[in-house]
Amino acid sequence: MAIESEVLVVGGGLAGLTGALSAARAGADVRLVSYKQSTLRNASGLVDVLGYTPDGDGPLVDPYAAIPDLPERHPYRTVGVDGVREAMALFDDVAPDYRGGHTDANALLPTHGGTIKPTARYPAGASAGLASDDRDVLLVGIAGMVDFDATHAAAHLEAAGVPFDVRGVTIEFPGTLDAKAKVTRYAKLLDTNGKVAVRGRERPARDALAERVNTELAGEGRVGFPAVLGDDDAAGVRAALRERLGADVFEVPMGPPSLPGLRLEDALFAALDEAGASFETGNPVVDYDGDGHIERVYVEKNGAKIPYSADQYVLATGGLVGKGVESDREAVYEPIFDCHVPHAADRYDWFDTEAFGDHAFARFGVSTDDDLRPEDAGGNVEFENLRAAGAVLGGYDFAAEKSGSGVSIATGYAAGRTAAQEAR
Amino acid sequence: MASVPHIAVIGGGSTGTGIARDLAMRGLDVTLVEQGNLTHGTTGRMHGLLHSGGRYAVSDQASATECIEENRVLRDIASHCVEMTGGLFVKRPEDSEEYFQEKLRGCEACDIPAEVVSNSEARAMEPHLAKDVDKAISVPDGAVDPFRLVVANAASAREHGARIETHSTVTDLLVEDGEVVGVEVDHASGSGVRVHGTEGGTEEIRADYVVNATGAWAGRIGDMAGVDIEVRPSKGVMTIMNTRQVDTVINRCRPKGDADIIVPHETTAILGTTDEEVEDPEDYPEEQWEVDMMIDTLSELVPMLADARTIRSFWGVRPLYEPPDVGSTDPTDITRDYFLLDHEERDDLHGMTSIVGGKFTTYRMMGEEISDHVCAQFGIDADCRTAEVPLPGSEDFSVLRDYMDEFGLRSPIGRRSVERLGSRADEVLKTSEPNPTVCECEGVTRAEIQDAIEGSGSDLNAVRIRTRASMGNCQGGFCCHRMASELHGEYDEQTTRAAWDELLQERWKGQRHALWGEQLSQAMLNYALHATTQNRDRDPADGEPVDFAAFDGGSGQAGGPARSGVATDGGDDGGD
Repeated sequence: MAIESEVLVVGGGLAGLTGALSAARAGADVRLVSYKQSTLRNASGLVDVLGYTPDGDGPLVDPYAAIPDLPERHPYRTVGVDGVREAMALFDDVAPDYRGGHTDANALLPTHGGTIKPTARYPAGASAGLASDDRDVLLVGIAGMVDFDATHAAAHLEAAGVPFDVRGVTIEFPGTLDAKAKVTRYAKLLDTNGKVAVRGRERPARDALAERVNTELAGEGRVGFPAVLGDDDAAGVRAALRERLGADVFEVPMGPPSLPGLRLEDALFAALDEAGASFETGNPVVDYDGDGHIERVYVEKNGAKIPYSADQYVLATGGLVGKGVESDREAVYEPIFDCHVPHAADRYDWFDTEAFGDHAFARFGVSTDDDLRPEDAGGNVEFENLRAAGAVLGGYDFAAEKSGSGVSIATGYAAGRTAAQEAR
Repeated sequence: MASVPHIAVIGGGSTGTGIARDLAMRGLDVTLVEQGNLTHGTTGRMHGLLHSGGRYAVSDQASATECIEENRVLRDIASHCVEMTGGLFVKRPEDSEEYFQEKLRGCEACDIPAEVVSNSEARAMEPHLAKDVDKAISVPDGAVDPFRLVVANAASAREHGARIETHSTVTDLLVEDGEVVGVEVDHASGSGVRVHGTEGGTEEIRADYVVNATGAWAGRIGDMAGVDIEVRPSKGVMTIMNTRQVDTVINRCRPKGDADIIVPHETTAILGTTDEEVEDPEDYPEEQWEVDMMIDTLSELVPMLADARTIRSFWGVRPLYEPPDVGSTDPTDITRDYFLLDHEERDDLHGMTSIVGGKFTTYRMMGEEISDHVCAQFGIDADCRTAEVPLPGSEDFSVLRDYMDEFGLRSPIGRRSVERLGSRADEVLKTSEPNPTVCECEGVTRAEIQDAIEGSGSDLNAVRIRTRASMGNCQGGFCCHRMASELHGEYDEQTTRAAWDELLQERWKGQRHALWGEQLSQAMLNYALHATTQNRDRDPADGEPVDFAAFDGGSGQAGGPARSGVATDGGDDGGD
């Protein structure tokens, strides 16, 4: 006996979660299985749709307007502009703490390295940091936190020509945190408003932090911190700081481990739970039965292979980073179903000589038909009941285009919805 | 003696800095010029083997004898740069027994401590050796950090009054009346410790004598004065593994051949190498088959290498030289010995000597010999002290104190910092400021980075070679921007950005030869972090002005510009 469902989604990142949500909302009995921590912990938490064209034009003001001109094999062409819009509407619905849905225009957000980047949706916590806002900014760095140097970021933002004055200061976080405390440690302390020792006196962390920043504030209308301002009660932390500083407060998105990325993951799992789907994490899908039609897949648990069967399957295992696409010295492959991954035979053709050159590896992934079903080298559908979504798809360079989240959401949405329809 | 002679040394590798240190310690006035970073050429592109001499014990016993002598000296004067791993010459069943015995006799003849170990003894030392190896010869090979060693030599030279100019390319030799009287250099930017972003310029450095220690580049310097120096550059590939599969240097015990050595080096193991003559020391092919051969051939000795993760590969060029009448056709036949070419004797050109050939392990001995030679030109009778006086960092390294508690560092990081810094640990790590880890793969803290910046200016690649930051598993994916931030403050944003870009590009260069499996995934993650999260590939600071007003100005409900006043209730930001 296999564990049965109508739609089985393999992968728990943005594409898998969106796929499962859209299938569940379309009325299907959905199960999601995922192996490792999702790569959302690596992501900044910003949700990009399209920031630049494949030719490098941009930053684009309107991502939707640029979609019809993308290369034919681009996943956005497969799902179409309307498909992207519908998917983003689903995202807006399940991620109420995100902003940007009021307009088609991209937002420009400061990054922790001091650049700005175009993005379509941003956490509420980042919204006061918009670079098109002309209020002056004070960036606050924390002495032991090497990922965000406020002074450097401020100077870099000025070089990028932002329409406001920006200044950076570095403070020591009140209390005696380890020189290299984890971001979650700061977040927890602020969440609970725990006591910290300041000059021998115990003070609530939020007050102590605000007092330290207050002495640095010189009339700026908003203050940016690294993204450590709480986890469970991020809004409360920001509100408390805002009140005590008399200025708007925002978080600057950071690299891994990224609290905004983890918060988004939590929100989507909560929505999935609410939609009635089941999910389990921590065990890999290692094998399948079927020829042209997937009968069942096998999940490895403590050495045993447990069968899971479904009518329809969604492959959302990620790209090279998430290990949905793997490689060795000779070849690039998709490890679960061995779907075809187009690549040059010579691995020296997989990359460009420049660090930010035109890397073929960045576009590695399965290619699909118009219904997101992976195709073999001859252009034939590999399994009639398997659809692929997100970074496991090939043919686009999400890093250069700033399109990773949008493609995951749009293709996850389309794959999940179609899978649900087929399963009915 | 009327005045102290001024010697210009060309070349900032091990030989050049070794010479500069020696001459400076003898009281001469020295200026060293180097076209790139210290170690920019061959020295920075070797496998880090401190030869016992065993490698040459059959083919080149003169070199072998020098190696074991200098091996002993470096353990003494450069203890913070050396790890005495020991080495094995491993014989597989298909390798010749005759050669094995010859190797053993050769080691004895050259006074290299050598001992035969059985299969089981060898595998007890190195459990990942192939099960079917016959036996091995154990020798005192070691690993040495060429960057640290060269920097220490340069620092010592400077302490003795030398001027060290990096990023200063020699564009001409000044020749007057058949005599070399100096060099013309082009400073890439600024003089003194390299300063990015200030105007560079040409400088004539007049000298009483010039030493050409440019290794594989020696012919180019010779050309500037119309003398012929027939260096025969020979390339070799080295592939870096992400962990140490072995803790002992593993050599294949057979006459010669490519891909026959594994050197454990810091957190990595380095596979080497090939030996192939090239025309141009700067422009030669770097090919896939060379990397594949390293992995395939060396897996015969250590099978797990076949599936292990490599993090990058790099190539170096040996500055091989043989006297004109020998005429070897195979570069592996060319002696590893070094030669002083006195251009007065040889070419009737006064005032310059070139030093060519040789090996990293004997750099100090080469420095001693050429310094003797230079002193002789001026009738100076000053003793060489470089074999006795420890290098900066190694003065008091015999007692490794427990710095971990003292500096509040986590133990592995503290240990590694102290190993890198040696006796300078106190001076560098004693700071009242927070000292977080900047590079997690290699355990490099802010204090070390700041110390390196102080020593090398605004060149993050120079900071890298001094500290090893960005040289671990992630190849800079997580720390390049942090290193840039450490630079900022001392240097302006534009200078910092240029150094940051240079570092990213340099880190990318070697990774290209490791792009499959785990490292390809890592490369994609790095690319995503730099391009997606940071938008460094389309950095608006480098591009056209952005029309900010055209973009989303906020919804007017979530703290955007349309809202005025200060919410006190958490407002619409609520919910997350």
